[in-house]
This record gives sequence, C-alpha cells and structure tokens, in this order.
Amino acid sequence: MKARAFDYMRPKCVQEALEAFVSADGDASYIAGGQSLVPALALRLQAPGLLIDIARLDELRGLSIADGHLRIGATTRHCEILGSDLVREHAPLLAKAAPFVAHPAIRNKGTFGGSLALADPASEFPAMTLALDAIIEIASVEGSRRVGAGDFFIDLYETALQPGELITAVYVSLATAKTRTAFDELARRRGDYAIVGAGIDAEMQGDFVERMRIAFLSVGSTPVRVGAVEAALTGRQLTPQAIRQAQDVLGTELDPVGDEHTPPEMRRHLARVLLGRLLGRLEANV
Amino acid sequence: MNAFAGSIDRPSSYIGRSVSRPNAKRLLEGRGRYVTDLVLPRMLHAAFVRSPYAHGKIVSIDIEEAKALSGVCAVFTGEDLASICAPWTGTLGHFSNMKSLPQVPLPLGKVMWSGQPVVLIVADSRAIAEDAAELVIVDIEELPALADPVQAMSAAAMSQELGDNICFATKLDSGGVEEALDAADTTVEQSFVFGRHTAVTLEPRAIVADYDPSENRLTAHHATQTPYQFQDIYSRHYDIPEANVRVIAPDIGGSFGMKLHVYHEEMAVVGASILLGRPIKYVADRMESFVSDIHARDHRVTGRLALDRDGRITAMDVDDVTAIGAFSSYPRTSAVEGNQVIRLMGAPYDFSSYRANLSVVFQNKVQTSQYRAVGHPIACAVTECLVDAAARELSLDPFEIRERNLIPDSSYPRTSPTGYQFEKLSHQVCLARLKSIMNYDALRAEQAGLRQKGILRGIGIALFVEITNPSPAFYGVGGARISAQDGAILKLTPSGEVHCSISVTEQGQGTETIIGQIVADQLGIDREKVRVMTGDTDTTPHGGATWACRGAGIGGETALQAARKLKANLLAVAGLILQAQPGELDIRADWIVETVTGQQRISLAEVARIAFFRSDTLPPETQAQLSVVHHYAPQGYPFAFTNGAQGCLVEVDAETGFVKILKHWVVEDCGRIINPLLVDEQVRGGVVQGLGAAFFEECLYNEEGQLTNGSLADYLVPMACEMPDIEISHVETPTRDTELGAKGCGEAGTAAASAAAMNAVNDALAGHGAVLTQIPMTPTRILKALGTI
Repeated sequence: MKARAFDYMRPKCVQEALEAFVSADGDASYIAGGQSLVPALALRLQAPGLLIDIARLDELRGLSIADGHLRIGATTRHCEILGSDLVREHAPLLAKAAPFVAHPAIRNKGTFGGSLALADPASEFPAMTLALDAIIEIASVEGSRRVGAGDFFIDLYETALQPGELITAVYVSLATAKTRTAFDELARRRGDYAIVGAGIDAEMQGDFVERMRIAFLSVGSTPVRVGAVEAALTGRQLTPQAIRQAQDVLGTELDPVGDEHTPPEMRRHLARVLLGRLLGRLEANV
Repeated sequence: MNAFAGSIDRPSSYIGRSVSRPNAKRLLEGRGRYVTDLVLPRMLHAAFVRSPYAHGKIVSIDIEEAKALSGVCAVFTGEDLASICAPWTGTLGHFSNMKSLPQVPLPLGKVMWSGQPVVLIVADSRAIAEDAAELVIVDIEELPALADPVQAMSAAAMSQELGDNICFATKLDSGGVEEALDAADTTVEQSFVFGRHTAVTLEPRAIVADYDPSENRLTAHHATQTPYQFQDIYSRHYDIPEANVRVIAPDIGGSFGMKLHVYHEEMAVVGASILLGRPIKYVADRMESFVSDIHARDHRVTGRLALDRDGRITAMDVDDVTAIGAFSSYPRTSAVEGNQVIRLMGAPYDFSSYRANLSVVFQNKVQTSQYRAVGHPIACAVTECLVDAAARELSLDPFEIRERNLIPDSSYPRTSPTGYQFEKLSHQVCLARLKSIMNYDALRAEQAGLRQKGILRGIGIALFVEITNPSPAFYGVGGARISAQDGAILKLTPSGEVHCSISVTEQGQGTETIIGQIVADQLGIDREKVRVMTGDTDTTPHGGATWACRGAGIGGETALQAARKLKANLLAVAGLILQAQPGELDIRADWIVETVTGQQRISLAEVARIAFFRSDTLPPETQAQLSVVHHYAPQGYPFAFTNGAQGCLVEVDAETGFVKILKHWVVEDCGRIINPLLVDEQVRGGVVQGLGAAFFEECLYNEEGQLTNGSLADYLVPMACEMPDIEISHVETPTRDTELGAKGCGEAGTAAASAAAMNAVNDALAGHGAVLTQIPMTPTRILKALGTI
C-alpha cells in the first residue's frame, strides 16, 4: 500500500516544530525514526496532512549525565542505547533490554522517545522506563513539563502526551553499587514482539531486597508494573520460597489478554515462568 | 540408457561440479530486473477494492466518486471484465466428478472470501488508485461463512449450483485392509491437523499487462514460473490468437508453486489493458499477498496402521479431509494435493493392503493449491508419525522398525499399493547413511544423560518418497493445456559461443546455471561461453517450464539432447574443413580435437568464422546447420520417484513449550547430481520451509472466515536465527529413462522436514504423556499437550 499524500517539513528547532503542529490545526504528526509511523502511513492507518521531521534536532539528541540522572535525548536511537558505555554503567537494565529491541535495521533508525510516545505495550523500552521509574520531559508551545513513567502510560497507544506535545528527553536515576537488574523475554523468533517480557531493577544487600521494581511487557494494554509482587519481595530475603510466592502473587495480579497465537492463560503461565527465572538470576547475582 | 558417463576430470566437464550461478552477481548487485522495476510509456497502475466479508451478496457498488478523482483513468467492476473474458473452471478430467464454480476476474453477484478483489481502479499512480479505492462504496449483505472444514462436509452448500460443499472425493482400496486390521497384533491410530500456510515469496506477484489494439497483441510481463501456460490462458480466455500473446517472465524472486496459478487480479489487469489499450502494472503488496496468494495444506487426517508381532506393517487405512477455499484453482485444480497425499501414504514401506478416503471441501477462504512438495509433507508426517507411534508401542527403536519395513533396495521395480510405479529407490542405503551421519547411538546416549538433568532432547527421523519428472499423466491426460515436454534452441555465435534458449524457467534456484553446465559439458566448451535465456514465450520454444521438480530432469535432458545434436553438426562442419571423419573428432575446451590423441586441430571459433563468413571455402552444397532446436518429452515411467531420509534434533523447554531446533540431517537421492552446491541449497531451503510448517507458519482464521494474522508481524516465517545447521548427504541412483539420469530435488527438503520435527518433539516429550499431532507445534499447543495450561 502507498501512503496518502502529505506535506513534509524539517524544523530547525523544537520551538519551530511545536509551532508547526499548532499551525496545522493538529492535522500533523512528528516523525523521527519512523519505524512505526511509516508502516502506519503505508497501511493508511494514519494519514496526517503534515509530517514534522524532528530527527535532526540537536536539542533532542544524545546521552549525558545531568542533575544526577542519565539524560536520554528523545531522538537517541536504539542502537546508541545498545552501544553506550554510559547506559551500561548507569542504567544497566536498559543495556540488558536493548539487544531484544527488534532487529538491527530497526534499531539503527528507531528512537527512544518515539518508542515511548507510541507506547506499544509489547515494546521493551516503555516497560523498562516504567521499571526504572524514569521521568519524561515533555515540551509544548506552553512550555515544558515532567511526568513520571508511572503516570505516562494510560491505555493502549494512549499516553499523557497531549496533541502537539513532544517528548524531549527521559531522565533515569543512576545505578548504585546495590543495583541489580535482569531482563528477558519469550519470543517465538528473535527480534519479534515477545509473548511476554519483563525487566527488574532492584537494590539489594546480599540476598536482602531493599527495593524492587518489576515491569512486564505484552501482558496488557500498557506496560505493567506489578506492585503486589514488588511488595511481596521488598524488605525480605530473595529465597527460592520467596520467588515461588512472588510467582503466585503474579498469577493473581496479572490479567493478560490473548491473541490469535496465545490464549491469556498461556501468557499468565509464561509470565510466571519468566518472573521465576529473572528472580533466580537476581538471587544468583548473574 | 545412461550412455552418459561424465568423468569429472576431463576439460569442460561440468556435470557434477559445484559451480557458481552466473546470474548471482547481477542479482546481488541490485541489477536484477523484476516486473516491479519495469516502467513503460503511458503505463497506468492498478489497485483493488476487496471484500471485507468471507461470504456475501453484493447489493450495490458506487464508483462515481472514485471515477471523478483526478488521476483516475478507469474503474471496473465484474460485468465490465466478464463481458470480454471467458470464465474459467478449476477441474480436470481425470478427477472424476470434480466440481467447482466458474470464475471471472471480478465477482458478478457474490463475494466468496474475505480479500476477494471486487473493484479494479486504474490510475496514474498506485497511490492515486488507492485514494480512489477509499472512495468506492461496496454494499455487501453478509452471508454465513463456511470456515470449518469438517462442518463443510455436512453444511448447506455455499452455492446452490454446487449442491454440496464437496469439490472432489475419491477412494483407494487395494483390498484386505479390514482383514489385516482384524488380524493385527498391534494397531495404532492418530488424528492429525495440518494448518494452512502460504508461500511468502520475497518478490510478490506482479504483472505489467500491455495490450496493443493496433496489432491485437498482448504482452504480459508477468512474475510467473509458467509463461507458456499463461500465454495459452490469456489467449483462450481473452480470445487473442496464441501467437499474438507474449508472456515474459523476467527475474523472479521465488515462486514455490505459488506463481503458476491463475489469479483474479492478473486476469483483471489483462482485461483492463485490453479495454484501455494501455500498459497497466499491478504489484501485490504483502497484505494483498496474504489474502490472495494461494494457501497450502489444511488437512485433517486420521490414519491407522496395522502391524504383526514382528513389527511388520500389514495394512494402512487413511481418511483425509482437506479444505481448499471457495473455488478450485485454475488450471491445475486444488485436488492434486489431496490426491498426492493419499497416494504417497506409506510409500517407503513394504505392505500391500491400503485404503484411503479423500474429501476435498470448499471453504469461504482464499484458494489452496499446489505449493512446494504438493501433498508430500502430509503423507510423510502421517506415515512417519504412525510408524513412530507403533515403534513406541512395540518398544522398537525408530531405525529398527523402519529397517524391518522398508522396501528392499534389491526389489525394484515395484508398484505401490496406491498405483505408483517405482523404478528404483534406495531407502535402505539412505536410512543406513542417515544413522551414520547423525551419529545416532552417541545422540541417544547424550539424550539419556541430559534427561537426568531435566533437559528434554528429542530425536526424530522420517523417510520420504518424492514425485519428480512428471509426464503427461500429471495434467495433460486431464485435459489441461500444460506441457510435459520442453524445448531448447541452441545457436552458435560467429565467435564460437553458444546461446541457449530453453523453456524451463528460473526463479532463483539456478535453472539457468545447470542448463549452462549441461550444454557446456556436452559440447565440450567453456561454461563462460554458454549464455542461457529463459522466460520469454516469443524467444524460447513452448514447454512445461518449472514446477513439480522437472527443471533438471526434463529441462536438463532437453538441453543434453540439443547439445549433442549441435555438437554432431559442428563436428560435421569441422570434418569438412579438416578433411577428417567427424566420428574421429571431438570438441574439448573449445577446440576441435582428434578423439584418440586429443591433439588440437582447429578452434571452435575458427570453425564458426569459416561457417558463417567463408562458406565459399566449404565443399559445394554444404549447408552448415549452426543452430538446432530440440524437444524432449518424458517417456517410460510416468514419474521419476526419488527418496531420502531426514533426521531432526530438538530441545523442548517443558516449562515454556519453546522448542530449539538443534540440528537437521538429510540424506537424499535425486539421481544424477548436476550441481551439488545447488542441490544442497535446494534441499536446505526446502527443509527450512518444512520446519516453518512444523513450528511457525499458519494462516489463522476466525469463525467468520477472516484471516487474523495476515501480515509478516503476525504470520511467522522461519528466520535464520531459529534454523539449525542442516547437514546433507547424497546417494545417486540415476533414472535409466534419460541419458542424463537426473531426477528432481526441489521438494525433498520440504517433504519430510516437518515429519522428522514432529517425531523429534514427540520423542522429547515421550514419558510426559504428550503427543503432538498438529502442526505448527506452537509453544501453546505443546503446553496444552503437556497439560500445563
């Protein structure tokens, strides 16, 4: 299929991009890597009158340490996350999830901010943003605001972003000596959207869990934090028995959806298996 | 009878050599010319409005707004094209009582599957045509859809003209089956489900139809494997003299049987070009491919095997219900697959009592038809899974039970209980070779060791028989105008090179390479000096082209005989020039030599120069014949059957149901091997498609007959990361029906890969109370079989 005709512009700064959206009366879409938007245009699932290309705006690029956080510019590409020493050191969970994001060709173009803005519940980075309790910086013609990841994902492909708003950066708290992370997913083929995936960001002293955040992908209409499981594990030792109990809590906490390949009970079962394996890795500290 | 005996060491000896493909570099550099690349003056672009319902009555179609859109040239509906196109019906005379509704390019009153093209829009660009498609309003009154094959057997007919939903039914009975079942010491019975899948060629279907009214001439640039068949079809259905129809199949990006069927879109585009007198391009996008390319398989089979106390098979009883879509495809029908399923069952084994029931039923889904290894994987999986079930029952090793039951290699020729005539097969040699290359005993020991640690490995094997080199018994006798013969023209150039145009076609498998090898080998010239052209009905002789494993066996023999004919002509001229007896001369390394001494006498280029430019120096009345045309039709056995054996090693994660395919082995016997490299890659590609069927590929439909996974994100094709190393070994049993001795190899990999994989998974799960008899074997199905979910 071919996209419907559209206008295209490449603004010189974020402000110009934001104003262009307003001028288009909302009949516009920002485009950066285009890895989700372009197929949607070709399939005519979306047909904005104007594409505002933000891929080359320097303000939106780059990885840096700022204010005690790792700042990830919105148009940082997946491959840059994957190859970054800063990410490996300060946000090891993202480094672990990055190899699972699609295929190299997609990682070369797709952007971190774009992935969050689309909020596909099966994507790795939105869920990991949740597991990292990251802060999302959003710009509009009215100014800039910050939203916690926990308040960002609202429903299927629905986020806290208002029309015309643009993610500019994401801030992640820096890992400490106590940080332990684990990520894995179950996909029929390498690089596919996973049947289920999960990432854990924890602070531990030995096998004692001081803090733990767990986020799942592909189990609902948004990325999902499992607070009851986190609560069941926090403030206690991570033993095989604790892991089994956490799996049982997860079984009641998750309410996954099915699709043509995978009934809900399969997804719930695999989520339990995956949680057990990830917690096992944290326990073994590997 | 195999007078050919190629010594691989002599100069210009190419048969049996792994030479590279001359066209590979061009394609790799992006210089391929596919139909999509073609741009013609005044060319228009086509897009279709498709039915959103699986079954429905067309109440009205409003095309006015679409027609008015700037850039739109024409909008056509059913009547526009039906008025100039004779309908087609997908039946064959040798399938008695077969029935199917006549088909026209665009529907006249009813839609029969979701995705059926209803309205054709022709515009200046594809994008504009799609803009216009959004403006067409098709009002369809939805009707109940036939979406379940078993229900279709008894449900009300989807169309009154049909009477019922049975397209074709047949029975085979050699007699003695009931008695053998009664007398058996062991019987095993299993019911199988084989999902629908589809070809997913890299290049989608594509056509540029270019009708010139001034000459009443149609040129179709068509991504097809069978240009001659389409020349005939466009001629007869659009009433254009056959000689005025030219079909050109340029570079083709894979076909696998999918690109030889008549599709509504291509027929509609040809009709539109005739009505408009302008070239029109249509290229299916991937979404369209999923709902309009033929699908394959879709069988529900129950099989029973009777064995005596020594584990010898005494009888086999089979019932196959296969669902084909709303129409039988044209011109090869949708019954060939089922027919081959029931005739290939049990083929490797020595028993005489066989009974089979076949029901081919209609569905409100896209048509199924011939796709790589037609029927073979079904027959192989049913047979081989039943044999493994019997082995488990009798506590026999899978190799042991097969050794006891194979048709001995010394007992050919044989006729199977289903009527197939086997010239010579090599099951015993292949099975022994498989055991050795798998290092079977060590694998079993490793499996036992890992099982102690809770790791579930499974080892599966499967034997197969493949149908190749089809004679007119395949289609011609049924009334289809599909050639079983092929033709070649060999032309000497004045520089001493050879140009070969031949009717077998190239879709990426290396047809042109092997034809070039055979011609160079037989003529005694350098391979670089042979240029092979295929795929143009105006410049090549009419022939069968490429399907059903016939390119090497039939096309290769055609090339061989043509080359020998040209060689005799060239030696005759050389004899005149050299005043020597042609019988004492030979051509080696581009030189005319004395056969006995090998002494070079005159170069072939010099012979060509004299013959073309200085015929005055030749004896009076000499008319040197520097081009030859030769045709070859298979004779002797109706088919050249091949055989082989495959092994598969898997590891099943019993917690997740995920399967890792660790290794796959193939031993196969395709007779004389022309190019081992290409045979190996054919086999590997076939195995990957078989493993795709076993683990990944399935067209999923809901109860309303809607395809629910029609995109490459949701329909899983096997990818390199998931595929194992595939080790291949060859046994060569040439057919004596031809000089070349080659049989087909293109379907061998697909034929048994899924069966070996099923046996491997079931071997891994043995002792866990789970038996998988449905493919693809998805994690969900494996966990359901294990009772985990």
